[in-house]
Amino acid sequence: MFALVHLVPGDPVRLALGTRFSQDTYDALRERSGLDRPLVEQFFSWFARALGGDLGVSFRSGDTVTSLIAERLPATLTLAFASILVALVIAIPLGTLSALRPRSIVDRIATVLSQIGISVPDFWMAIVLILVFAGTLGWLPTGGYVPLGEDPGGWLARLVMPAVVTGVVSGSVITRFVRSSVLEALGADHVRTAQAKGLPARQVFTWHVLRNALLPLVTVTGVQLAYLLSGVVVVEIVFSWPGLGQLALQSVEARDYPVLQGAILLFALVFLVINLVVDLLYTAIDPRIRR
Amino acid sequence: MTSQPGPAASGARKSLRPAKPRWRETLGLLARNPTAAISAVLLVGIILVALFDEALAPAGPNDIDVGARLQPPSGEHLFGTDDLGRDIFSRVILGAAVSLRVGLLAVGIALVIGSVIGLLAGYYGRWVDDVLMRFMDMLFAFPAVLLAIAVLAVRGPGSGNTALAIGIVYIPIFARVTRASVLGVREEVYVRASRSVGASDFRILTRHVLPNAAPPIIVQASISLAFAVLAEAALSFLGLGTQPPNPSWGLMLAEGRGYLDLAWWLAFFPGMAIFLTVLCFNLLGDGLRDVLDPKQRTLMGSAGGENP
Repeated sequence: MFALVHLVPGDPVRLALGTRFSQDTYDALRERSGLDRPLVEQFFSWFARALGGDLGVSFRSGDTVTSLIAERLPATLTLAFASILVALVIAIPLGTLSALRPRSIVDRIATVLSQIGISVPDFWMAIVLILVFAGTLGWLPTGGYVPLGEDPGGWLARLVMPAVVTGVVSGSVITRFVRSSVLEALGADHVRTAQAKGLPARQVFTWHVLRNALLPLVTVTGVQLAYLLSGVVVVEIVFSWPGLGQLALQSVEARDYPVLQGAILLFALVFLVINLVVDLLYTAIDPRIRR
Repeated sequence: MTSQPGPAASGARKSLRPAKPRWRETLGLLARNPTAAISAVLLVGIILVALFDEALAPAGPNDIDVGARLQPPSGEHLFGTDDLGRDIFSRVILGAAVSLRVGLLAVGIALVIGSVIGLLAGYYGRWVDDVLMRFMDMLFAFPAVLLAIAVLAVRGPGSGNTALAIGIVYIPIFARVTRASVLGVREEVYVRASRSVGASDFRILTRHVLPNAAPPIIVQASISLAFAVLAEAALSFLGLGTQPPNPSWGLMLAEGRGYLDLAWWLAFFPGMAIFLTVLCFNLLGDGLRDVLDPKQRTLMGSAGGENP
């Protein structure tokens, strides 16, 4: 994993050094950054320092990578969790309803809506929302970010549109999983047994259906959260949201190798942590997995 | 891995086996699914438009007419004109060719490399499987957009590199789908029979394993085309994909962004084009899944009350 983190962005560095620096500053920077040393040596020294929490210094601004990332982290976390909230608020009722009444009008509408949500380009939806709510109606600001502590109203107003855009896309994906997992749980033998015992429908649903449908939901929510924490570059750009995606894009454009490497390392960590949390949740939900 | 498949699970495995649908049957079944049929027809239309783009577009993509800049949609300019007076209708048509070409190329790269890897990993198992799939896992762990951006940073922007970048991102998905499908086919009687009469691995793989493992891969290809078109638009929107003055839907959206309050049509029509194309590929993929992938079909069937 760590080797690959270095492997993919390992090439931009050669490209980066060919651009925009004069020969003297170029040599100085190259030496200071340790880029004149062999790649393997670079990797090990970077790795050793990364273990100690030192991710190096940005080529572009001279700030430490950790401070740059820390600066961006609150915005990204805010947006990711707000989006997943929007997504779940959409997906759980919609998916459950359409599974309970398969092939009904509700089911068909839910299917069409989730297809639309998956197919619509998120940045286009963002532009349309800006046009309507910031332009024509003037209810919301076009973008930007203010910390919650400074201006709670402004924080919320700026969060709504990006969270809705990313939440709708993730929610559409999750809806389909909720639908199929609830359907599957409904068809299970133990559910039929519970119904045959004459348990009230509500009780069967909460204890026998929802609980079993929860596992796939946790998995797909974890995947979506990992995606939201790393992949919403385009939406961040449209809403001028100062998150990690924007930082990563800027560092690619400026060939700011240490920052990109730090960001990717963080994304890999996020991915691992989320997988771990999902596994832990599994055992909490389903005692059978505890062995 | 520790879970023992019960009798119910092995029963489900039986019904999982594709009944070798020939393409004619597939088309027939597909035609009975109205959404899939309509999307297929629309897609054929989009592909025809892309093939005959030059003949269909009323104006060249870069015919600049500053006198007629930012004209709203009218009889003369169906979708209006942009900030340089270029006809947006023509640019959307020519953009279809760009988007589809990049999408097909990207999925082609991912399909060929990914399914070869999945085929080898699934068929040979053991260390081949371990080495190949761990590598795929690592690739998969990367955020898709960032991986594509990193590839473009190394190779430089442009249509061809965009296709390559998107293709690389989707290789692990095809590898996984193919591997899972091959695992189901590998122990089939006809494969074992073929091996026992001394057929070479190559022959078994190409004649028996691949054709029977193909349905989920085909479904995945249709869905991936949707995402590839979307990804091309996103990367071009960021300025990393197709470069101006070439007409690409994502690029047109980016150019239209600056004129939102003045001229909504600049961003609206390219966005609509992306949306419709992606929607059609998704719906077709869903329809194909219903026809080709009976496990999902039982799920759909249980929805219709025909639960086994």
